[in-house]
Amino acid sequence: MKLILPLYVLTVFTLGFLLYQESGLKESIKKGSEIYTDFCVNCHLDNGKGVPFTYPPLAKSDYLEKTREASIHAVKFGLQGEIIVNGLTYNNTMTSLGLEDEEIANVMNFIMNSWGNTQTKMVTEKEVSAIEK
Amino acid sequence: MKNSIVLSLLFVVILNYSCAQDAENKATTPNSPVFKAELFVDELQIPWGFTFLPDKSILITEKGGELIHFLNGKKSIIGNIPEVYQRGQGGLLDIALHPNYNENGWIYLTYASSEGEEKGGHTALMRAKLDNNSLTNIEQLYKAVPNTTKGQHFGSRIAFDNDGYLYFSIGERGNRDINPQDITRDGGKIYRLYDDGRIPEDNPFVDVDGAKTAIFSYGHRNPQGLIKHPITGEIWDNEHGPRGGDEINIIKKGANYGWPLTTYGINYSGTPITDETTMEGMEQPIHYWVPSIAPSGMAFVTSDTYKDWKGSLLVGSLAFQYLERLVLEGDKVVKREKLMADLGRVRAVQEGPDELIYVAVEGKGIYKLIPIK
Repeated sequence: MKLILPLYVLTVFTLGFLLYQESGLKESIKKGSEIYTDFCVNCHLDNGKGVPFTYPPLAKSDYLEKTREASIHAVKFGLQGEIIVNGLTYNNTMTSLGLEDEEIANVMNFIMNSWGNTQTKMVTEKEVSAIEK
Repeated sequence: MKNSIVLSLLFVVILNYSCAQDAENKATTPNSPVFKAELFVDELQIPWGFTFLPDKSILITEKGGELIHFLNGKKSIIGNIPEVYQRGQGGLLDIALHPNYNENGWIYLTYASSEGEEKGGHTALMRAKLDNNSLTNIEQLYKAVPNTTKGQHFGSRIAFDNDGYLYFSIGERGNRDINPQDITRDGGKIYRLYDDGRIPEDNPFVDVDGAKTAIFSYGHRNPQGLIKHPITGEIWDNEHGPRGGDEINIIKKGANYGWPLTTYGINYSGTPITDETTMEGMEQPIHYWVPSIAPSGMAFVTSDTYKDWKGSLLVGSLAFQYLERLVLEGDKVVKREKLMADLGRVRAVQEGPDELIYVAVEGKGIYKLIPIK
């Protein structure tokens, strides 16, 4: 009987936290979709498929899946030179976009939850700010 | 029955599309190249614009905010350049010399600037002189307002006409439904000024209440090519369409180029923007590209240096990474050629004082095209 109250409190808090995170992610994805339309869509396109050999895909991209930190780094500081994405070689330039850390987290969450991409861990502003040049 | 009507309508639509003017895949690759591309200035990131000084050295703008002086094979950084707003497509943009540079020494630059009350940035135009590897006598001639944190469509290119007027372009800054068709707002315009920034008394909208009187033409999306025609003296632009619908236009005083009310393009999502490609009172492009090549930079070939090239127009393609040569009969495009394929995103192209063509490629540098006789 004594256990019930702490258990109840714990359950409520855990559920509350999970729901809070969930809504945080939803909000982040929503904001991220606006950033995507502003900064990304003219190269990577609305379907995230990019243009083979020119603009790498973000949809079902093995690069994005395997190199989370490098992907965030690319959005934060730009990317130049050769990368291989889903078996194709890309040698192009993406400039630093001048986004704030929070905006980067949002657009990463949008990308990582769109076009069949499913991430397990949400990108946070803190994670982005920890990535240095 | 209904189905057959729909089908026949569809057929008509498809037929229309297939009859649309020549697409990217109709640009041919020449059998025997008339030049060899030699890397002349190496290790550049995004060489947005460049121009030749009288001593044949080159001033190069890097989008990232550096002004580079390339002299005798060596690069040096020019000091005292304005603070540049780095966001999305914004940065240090075009550079041009005054037509009488030898006498007055004026250099003109466009750049994204965060100056002003609001958060964000907008395109600005300035002029300055070069002294001891540094800019001096800096004068800001125009700053578009209001700032916005949108990442798109800053333009920009600078050109002078035969009467000494200065033209420059600003894109619609990601506010397509408001800016381009509203002459009381900046963005989506080509502007005309005197060389010192004053507004010409005969600019088209000087008598319109509330209008931005520097505007010369409107209804543009994002012009990143602007040049004087070497024979007619007209100002030509090229501009990015959305998905499809990049254009070449001849710029006329007070004219409306239609964006976003008329376009040959569609939204990036594939949904239509409008069904209209023509509308009364709106200018038609002399050429459009479907799909988009993402044009940047523009130069006319004025010499016989390259076989049969005289009178052609050269345009860089960012998306498909090549240099396009458009063969013209008057203002009609009769043939298109794909040159320098797969070298990288072609950002700018110029005819040098030596009558050779110079091509700036992102991530590479500036190539000089050596003619093959």
